[in-house]
Amino acid sequence: MLKDQDRIYTNLYGFEGSDLKAAKKRGDWDKTASFIKKGKDWIIEEMKASGLRGRGGAGFPTGLKWSFMPDPNKTKKPHYLVVNADESEPGTCKDREILRNEPHKLIEGCLLAGFAMGAKAAYIYIRGEFFNEGSAVVQAIKEAYDAGLLGKNAAKSGWDFDVYLHRGAGAYICGEETALIESLEGNKGQPRNKPPFPAMAGLYSCPTTVNNVETIASVPTILRRGGKWFAGFGRDEKNTGTKLFCISGHVETPCNVEEEMGIPLKTLIEKHAGGVRGGWDNLKAIIPGGSSTPLLPKDVCSKVYMDFDSLRAEGSGLGTAGVIVMDQSTDIVYAIARLSYFYMHESCGQCTPCREGTGWIWRMMVRMVKGDATVEEIDMLQDVTKQVEGHTICAHGDASAWPVQGLIRHFRPELEKRIKDYRKLADRDRPTISMAAAE
Amino acid sequence: MPKLTIDGQEIEVEAGTSIIQAAEQLGIEIPRFCYHDKLSVPANCRMCLVEVSPGPPKPQASCALACTEGMEVKTDSDMVKKARKGVMEFLLINHPLDCPICDQGGECDLQDQAVAYGYDQSRYHEEKRSVKNKNLGPLIKTIMTRCIQCTRCVRFGEEIGGVTELGLLNRGEDVEIGTFIEQAVSTELSGNMIDICPVGALTSAPYEFKARPWELKKTETIDVMDAVGSNIRVDTRGNEVMRVLPRLNEEINEEWISDKTRFAYDGLKRQRLDTPYIRKKGKLEAVSWDEALEFTAGKLIGVDGKRFAAVTGDLVDVESTIALKDLTQALGSPHMDCRQDGAKFDVDGRSDYLFNTGIAGIEEADAILLVGTDPRHEAPMINARIRKSWLQSKVPVGLIGTPVDLTYPYEHIGTTPDDLDRLSRARKGFVEVLKKAKKPMIIVGTAALRHEDGYDVHALAKMVAERFGMIQEDWNGFNVLHVAAGRTGALDVNFLPQKNDKGKTIGYDIYDMVKAGRAGKLDAVYLLGVDELDTRAAFGADTFIIYQGHHGDNGARHADVIFPGAAYTEKDALYVNTEGRVQMARRAAFPVGEAKEDWSILRILSERLNVTLPYNSLQELRRRIFGEFPHLKAIDMKPNEDFVSVDKPVNVSTSPFGRVVYNFYQTDVISRASVTMAECVEAFIRSKEQDALEAAE
Repeated sequence: MLKDQDRIYTNLYGFEGSDLKAAKKRGDWDKTASFIKKGKDWIIEEMKASGLRGRGGAGFPTGLKWSFMPDPNKTKKPHYLVVNADESEPGTCKDREILRNEPHKLIEGCLLAGFAMGAKAAYIYIRGEFFNEGSAVVQAIKEAYDAGLLGKNAAKSGWDFDVYLHRGAGAYICGEETALIESLEGNKGQPRNKPPFPAMAGLYSCPTTVNNVETIASVPTILRRGGKWFAGFGRDEKNTGTKLFCISGHVETPCNVEEEMGIPLKTLIEKHAGGVRGGWDNLKAIIPGGSSTPLLPKDVCSKVYMDFDSLRAEGSGLGTAGVIVMDQSTDIVYAIARLSYFYMHESCGQCTPCREGTGWIWRMMVRMVKGDATVEEIDMLQDVTKQVEGHTICAHGDASAWPVQGLIRHFRPELEKRIKDYRKLADRDRPTISMAAAE
Repeated sequence: MPKLTIDGQEIEVEAGTSIIQAAEQLGIEIPRFCYHDKLSVPANCRMCLVEVSPGPPKPQASCALACTEGMEVKTDSDMVKKARKGVMEFLLINHPLDCPICDQGGECDLQDQAVAYGYDQSRYHEEKRSVKNKNLGPLIKTIMTRCIQCTRCVRFGEEIGGVTELGLLNRGEDVEIGTFIEQAVSTELSGNMIDICPVGALTSAPYEFKARPWELKKTETIDVMDAVGSNIRVDTRGNEVMRVLPRLNEEINEEWISDKTRFAYDGLKRQRLDTPYIRKKGKLEAVSWDEALEFTAGKLIGVDGKRFAAVTGDLVDVESTIALKDLTQALGSPHMDCRQDGAKFDVDGRSDYLFNTGIAGIEEADAILLVGTDPRHEAPMINARIRKSWLQSKVPVGLIGTPVDLTYPYEHIGTTPDDLDRLSRARKGFVEVLKKAKKPMIIVGTAALRHEDGYDVHALAKMVAERFGMIQEDWNGFNVLHVAAGRTGALDVNFLPQKNDKGKTIGYDIYDMVKAGRAGKLDAVYLLGVDELDTRAAFGADTFIIYQGHHGDNGARHADVIFPGAAYTEKDALYVNTEGRVQMARRAAFPVGEAKEDWSILRILSERLNVTLPYNSLQELRRRIFGEFPHLKAIDMKPNEDFVSVDKPVNVSTSPFGRVVYNFYQTDVISRASVTMAECVEAFIRSKEQDALEAAE
């Protein structure tokens, strides 16, 4: 259990104001200039020491990612920090709370991260539907400019820094970092091919780093309290720090909560979300990290720890830590079919496997819900998801394949039973034609 | 120079080469749909996946991945085969599989690659998608359900054509290629989208349901719709031209051709002269060859050579030009000209009328000055090259002439010869660009040469070329852009007013001929394919006009006798393009009806006139040509001619250059006879005029 004094997001629930005065009271913007004066290498080393891994889902070490940015004196190009606030993953609502209630943590993080990578400007790409959250950030940016915390000689650090907010139009795929860059440039949001990675050629073909809101917003506190402090949380040195978990679904009290990395899933749900509706035994399955991660059945849920590597070992992933709890009343096949529909609807349509595969998967899933299929088709469905996975330009293809693969891995008997039942029903309803009647 | 191995074969490639290109160099085939070596790389079809180590444990798109040192690539591992099969299956699930009624059948990338790399049956039993067809104009027929969204056409439009009219609309399964607003694709290169479409989504509208590729005889020949000499392939069935396709020639047209080149072929079947005619009591009457020749001989024998003149037209090949020149000289006449449009310029050397830099040379130029030319409509392939160069290096372009949309930005310097004169003396503006440039070039167009100050403009342009360092040891930046395919060849064999022994010009040029004709000083004129002027008005009511050509157009209308000749697809002939490159056209079909190859008509007539030309076959004629003009022997080679310096006082006016090609789709007898081209005029030119009128109101 995380102690209250170790929380980064002390205003996660918005009990206090999101304005600059309230933020400063919580410790934001404290000694910001002193960190910058220590130099970018110090910041990057501190981030590496903290073991912070990207909070957007992929879990790439943040300090390492920043160190990929080339030297601005050599590139002679502007560098950019882009903050991915296009949070649209079903089951995930952590960034929303930060944008709403802790915007100053994000803006201060932008300045520190931007300085560390030689960027003079940061773009916050916010999901279009987040209207109020966007307004809160705009307000916070304005306050920061007025207080001299942004702009020329930002926060008296000697570093010039600007922050811009850009509203997206509500496409899930624009949360993919290169599609986000395309969209930011004014093009249709379609992921780019990698390489080149954004660190070499990103926004306007300039070196760019795209980071998640939670990642950037955690930076000031990590620097203030030290990378070592952050690294002290977690079960091992590769899964450290505190993390925002979003618990939704069939629990008594759905909530967002900041907890220690590596907390047991069962503890997380029972301590913070009031437990599964109807008791732990009523649990059917949990999607641990947002819709794209494969679901886990009850027996796995009982023993798994919530961190990147433990969940990977169980064939799933921490993702965005959007925990979706499903009890025994859930039509699990329908639930996954609904996710398949989502991924079909949100595919950008650029590359073949995702464009064609997501629709095919969804159509088969619809039949699986009824059981209108053959047992062999379950294997075929698995094969089709494998044909999508790993063959696409971006990770959307993988994301569309994993939930279905998880379903087949853990609930194959259920699929087979439905097919059998449907057959029985169909056989019963089939009119029997007697020879006499036929004549 | 990274070294890598592909399927165990080692290869060293230039830095930046993609795996797919390296494999091509080794002769290893990697299937692809979206990748095209002249377009940008989106890597969206995912057909070219290969296994690469070191790298992530999943297949990589070989078109978008650059080769690096020590890379090991496998193109036939199990992982790759599985990936290809998967992609192929995905591409086919929403493809209608209507190959039996698809025009692409037999030359379809999807068909071929499905056989080579796909599963032998489909596992897809859900509903298929269908997509509404789009109206892309009279040239491109669309069956969008067949589209596999490779976006080649979109990229072609954006990159080569310079029009952003097509795009990938919607997302996910619902993506479709379309025009953002319902309108035809208005680039004069649109037909190339048909070629690059790997499936049957975009097919040729005029060729719809006409033939199957395996029924066609393919003849590699040369185009004559402009002076670029695009390399084409003419597909015929029996004696009918079914379609025209581009042929790869990196130095001229790369692998594109203009819509006129591609679609004007139906003009070869209409308005043709298929039998000789003579004018009796004011009316043209079909007669036999014998009668026509007798009739002509009767009129010509005894005519004073000085009262006889000959003119060649725009589509005439070198052989018939020479035959006509020989005949004219045999009749004792020095009056001949190949410039029916009235272009004026002094010829001191071959470089005076050639596109010396070469079409491929445009890519090296770092500043381009256009004078009196609209390359987009006079020579689309040259315009595409300039655009390519602009895309690659943002080459600055300046234009003196009528401002038109050239598909790339340019600085409009002026519209008159005087502006060129002022530029030559200026210190600021585009001059600074020219001075800074290492390889600047000037392109003098037909509008400049046709101008009343043609001689002075030509000389001035040459002086500008010298003054701004366009003439260097290994760089000749002086270029003349012709519009007539036969012009350079005719100039090469000196089909110009002849000089006497003392070097004084005694022959008439086209202006003198008109003057003489109207004054009754000409008894007869021989017009070889002259259709761009009103010949009766030009040469006088009483002059005996012999017209030889293949279409019943302006020339035939006013003639007293008509000899039916062969069109460019119907003869083996030499053409010299605007670069001075000699190219050989080959016969794809036979001349229609009684028509004959042009040189042989002149040969027969010479016999009747008792001045028999000394060649009995095309080979003998060519030997005669190469004897006098050995430079024409260099087939397919771009010549490097020395620049001849000029320094003379010029006096130019302020009357604007004007335009040469108002109607791109109808510039010669073939395209004027073409229904397809007429539809294009309706769709692309009339509709725009109509819009402009409505906007004006």
